[in-house]
Amino acid sequence: MTQRADISGGTAATADGTAKRRQWMSVLARASADEISARLEGCGTLPDCQILRGPETGLVMVRGRAGGGGAPFNLGEMTVTRCTLRTPEGTVGHAYIAGRDKDAARLAALVDALMQDSAKAKVLQARVIAPLAAAQRARREAIARKAAATKVQFFTMSSMRT
Amino acid sequence: MAYVAVKGGERAIDNAHAWLAEQRRGDTGVPEIAPRQIAEQLGRAVDRAMAEGAIYDRGLGALAVKQAQGDLIEAAFLLRAYRTTLPRFAYSLPLDTGAMHVARRISATFKDLPGGQVLGPTYDYTHRLLDFTLEQEASPPAAAETETDLAPMPRVQDILAQEGLIEPDALPGADDPGKPPADLTREPLSFPAGRDARLQALARADEGFVLAMGYSTQRGYGGSHPFAGEIRMGEVAIEIEPPELGFAIDIGDITLTECQMVNQFAGSKTVPPQFTRGYGLAFGHCERKAMAMALADRAMRAAELGEDVTAPAQNIEFMLYHCDNIEATGFVEHLKLPHYVDFQSELENVRRMRAEHEAAAQATRKAAE
Repeated sequence: MTQRADISGGTAATADGTAKRRQWMSVLARASADEISARLEGCGTLPDCQILRGPETGLVMVRGRAGGGGAPFNLGEMTVTRCTLRTPEGTVGHAYIAGRDKDAARLAALVDALMQDSAKAKVLQARVIAPLAAAQRARREAIARKAAATKVQFFTMSSMRT
Repeated sequence: MAYVAVKGGERAIDNAHAWLAEQRRGDTGVPEIAPRQIAEQLGRAVDRAMAEGAIYDRGLGALAVKQAQGDLIEAAFLLRAYRTTLPRFAYSLPLDTGAMHVARRISATFKDLPGGQVLGPTYDYTHRLLDFTLEQEASPPAAAETETDLAPMPRVQDILAQEGLIEPDALPGADDPGKPPADLTREPLSFPAGRDARLQALARADEGFVLAMGYSTQRGYGGSHPFAGEIRMGEVAIEIEPPELGFAIDIGDITLTECQMVNQFAGSKTVPPQFTRGYGLAFGHCERKAMAMALADRAMRAAELGEDVTAPAQNIEFMLYHCDNIEATGFVEHLKLPHYVDFQSELENVRRMRAEHEAAAQATRKAAE
């Protein structure tokens, strides 16, 4: 049995389910181990999961596009840490996150697995994903507000006279 | 000539490295800096080490800068060596700089472009006077904030593209799904080198080299009348499509600087006069590098656009063979390694030639007498 067959599986994907999973995975990818574990504290006992792969650190070659929208080219690599685990119920969770934080990858894979269980997803969405997403949005918005404050307001001589 | 193995020097080398470590630490009465401090407070050095080391990881970049005592080529070398210890998981999907969370975005060609001129954290317009207040520890006041929507900013080339005045991004045949882009980490350079290989080489090239070559095009060695159409810096999300998932996932953000140079072009038999473009993209906040890269990229497109190739910056082989500072430093610095046997043979050659020269001179003198 190949490793790939071993680690795949899990929920039957619907378009809506995939979109939701992509969303929570993108939030988990931007969270540190401390941030995830702090949010998990109020979520009851966590299951003992079987680690299927990792957590292990490797590289992703980042591709850009010539001119911004043309043919792809290889820009350079970034470190990425991944983890795959299986819950006692048999759900497989995956994580691929930028950087080298192995604890974060393991926790992200755990939350990914638990989020696929609709009985647990509601609590986790409210206690883990939503607050993490809100913090990430707040950080982005703070940067956007600082950028906006450096936006040049051109004026002309005629408007100066008014 | 027989090769004579020379042993020894091990103790000298060990002691030299121990002294290096002591010197790196410096005066122990001064607090040691942590990589975290370097990442936070010497961010541009980390950006450069990451760009030229061709691996994005701020923690590793900061560690490399610390280990190299701030020698950024040495730091990039350390990063290139480290990356060889890691497995490659995937290639990302091509990133979309149009969706960048912009911290800075300016255009020198359009004053009133949608989204406006956003200066961001820039050294432009500073007076380059040494700020002696930085000698003391101080917390600067918080940066000003203004309410804004988070709408992505359109790229400047899309504005000119609407009138057909600028070459399109995707030239016919440029995007061939059956042919993955060149990867210099997997295959050595080969010529003719496509734009994909050139852009990868430039993105990790030495900033000083690319800067000098870009500058040379402005001074007339292959000039192409550039305008900074747009420079933008900010965070871009990276996506991969792991086979075990079967759909694309977002793995986090990286900070990038992008430059679109807009250049005059007289047109050719098949193409009407229009603006052409050079492109720069690199890890981190590195505007000088991105701008110089865009100039160099445009210069290296000379042959493709039917222009005369006369200047060094237009010579693709010259540029690609000399832009990488890890390769360059390896070949230049290898000269200091023991060449005792090589030199011994040269020495004997020169002695023999001098003896022959002297013999010939004597023969000439005798004949003259």
